[in-house]
Amino acid sequence: MFSRAYKTVVTVPPLMWVAVFLLVPYLLMFCYSFWSVSPAQTIVHSWNLDNYKELLQKTVYWQTLLRSMWIAARVMLFSLLLGYPLAYFLSFYAGKRKDLFYQMVIIPLWVSYLVRAYAWKTILGSDGVLNTLLQYVHVTSHPLDFLLYSPFAVVLTLTHIYTPFTFLPIYAVLEHIPRNLVEASHDLGATPAQTFWKVIFPLSIPGVLAGATFAFVLSLGDFLAPLLLGGPSGIMISNIVVSLFGAAYNWPLGAAISLGMLVIVVSLLFFSERLEKKWSFS
Amino acid sequence: MPPTTTSATAITAGMSSAAKPNLLSIRNVAKTFGRNIVLRNVSLEIAEGEFLTILGESGSGKTTLLRIIAGFESATSGELWMGDERLGSVRLDHQPPYRRRVNTVFQHYALFPHLTVEQNVAYGLRVAKRPEEEIRQRVAEALDKVKMSAHAKSKPSKISGGQQQRVALARALVNRPRLLLLDEPLSALDANLRRQMQVELKSLQREVGIAFVFVTHDQEEAMVMSDRIALLRSGELEQVATPREIYRRPATAYVAQFIGHTNLLKGEVRSGVARAGSLSWSATLPDGPVLFSLRPEHVRPAGTGTTSGAVRVRGKVLQQAFHGATELLRVECADGLVLVMRTASGVGSQNEVELEFSPADAVVVRESPERS
Repeated sequence: MFSRAYKTVVTVPPLMWVAVFLLVPYLLMFCYSFWSVSPAQTIVHSWNLDNYKELLQKTVYWQTLLRSMWIAARVMLFSLLLGYPLAYFLSFYAGKRKDLFYQMVIIPLWVSYLVRAYAWKTILGSDGVLNTLLQYVHVTSHPLDFLLYSPFAVVLTLTHIYTPFTFLPIYAVLEHIPRNLVEASHDLGATPAQTFWKVIFPLSIPGVLAGATFAFVLSLGDFLAPLLLGGPSGIMISNIVVSLFGAAYNWPLGAAISLGMLVIVVSLLFFSERLEKKWSFS
Repeated sequence: MPPTTTSATAITAGMSSAAKPNLLSIRNVAKTFGRNIVLRNVSLEIAEGEFLTILGESGSGKTTLLRIIAGFESATSGELWMGDERLGSVRLDHQPPYRRRVNTVFQHYALFPHLTVEQNVAYGLRVAKRPEEEIRQRVAEALDKVKMSAHAKSKPSKISGGQQQRVALARALVNRPRLLLLDEPLSALDANLRRQMQVELKSLQREVGIAFVFVTHDQEEAMVMSDRIALLRSGELEQVATPREIYRRPATAYVAQFIGHTNLLKGEVRSGVARAGSLSWSATLPDGPVLFSLRPEHVRPAGTGTTSGAVRVRGKVLQQAFHGATELLRVECADGLVLVMRTASGVGSQNEVELEFSPADAVVVRESPERS
């Protein structure tokens, strides 16, 4: 259909892009993870497994990784709990205002991530909006200090930021459920609640999996929210990578952690894709 | 139980006639979507065990009427009453669809894609929390009835359109509804399968004895299957009658034209003589303008009929269309009047014919008023 030359012209540039900006960096990182740093702070290009040994032996990395996963899991849960009902309401009950509500979910995504994270800082801080309000109405007598610089703040902020990402795939899947299936279910005597659990929810599982994966993977790799709002107890694995590449100048160890994360994330994506396939019927 | 003519006359006579309790009574139902009037003042009685077809062109409101009965739409005004063994009669339109003992076979079947054939059929019984043993038995019976037992474990996407159709039927019938609604269920099937399913559906309906309300735009399908046909035009019932009645005695010009072929003769009656163009015959009708419907099969070559007093006319054959057993001839008479006649095929092509018809076959029909 298309000439060979045309195909070459359109496929080569994107492939080059991927090679130069994706494959080469990953390959470099892969190499770095087997190198080491000399006491004089230079990279030594001798191949060894020391970085991976250190990762396995030092509990701080494990603890931080587990904490990151726990934070990501909570963000995933809360954004599903918020995103699913929102998507369900919009898709099935919003009627003419559907587009308006949809835009209201999307518009916050245009606001810089940094601005939204900072906004939470001013809300949650000890002199912040929330503490001032709580004291003003005499719910508390002194500022609550767990609000900011805590895993709580990180989970809250990330949930706020990633809920639209969970909402979108769920909404897309719900919009594609033929409405005559819902009618058929009612016709066969199922109440709206039974219809939800027996028809709508099972058919929306691919969207739930996609949304959950977005929320978990994006949160797991986040470093700005813990940096701005996490405090010492809210440090996540990416903060460690950032400091290893920055202040500590230990690129090899940082690369090893990054590769470990990559393996976790890729296997998660693979797993969730398999599940999504299993639950799609069309 | 065959639907009696009493149920048919009950319609024309009014709504109170109750030789047999009516299953569903639709009273003055109207439906508007915004400024668009879809149904106006539809009243219809459906008897127990009856096969009633709602026939109409697309946009006539037939699907909307069906959806109102099922409960997916609510009428703008009017009432639905369903005969009830215990309570006498209940307001159906006050019940949500999942409380109505009415099941639907959807146009595109609407089988649940994530459930197997068996689970689809069991759905209604499961949500009604019937005992598992009973469910198993009734599902097996229903699948057997529609000859789908072999595909019990298949997903709907793995079976053909005709098979999905059968599953949809089993899924509805397994709940033993009082009334089964079918929304153009055969329209997606190819012609041969459709004819076969028409026969099967009709005999299945006889067997289970459940009243069917069947929606279609195909007048032949309606004629073959129905006990009665309710012809809907622009949201209003044009005529409700048995297929024979509606064919032989169409109430309006629209009905006469929609069901089969017909010749519409615009004429006038003056002191016992009807005139249409150069044709005239004696008729016992009041004076005034009149519209006759004359079926092509009642127009025959002159001299072949036995009745005396036939109207005869000579004409030129404009067109001759072969239809297998019969052919349709368009004949232009001297005054420009064009008559369509149906003759047994095999006469060969002709240029000129003399034809005749019995005045008794010219049925008076009402003019169909324009509606938007």
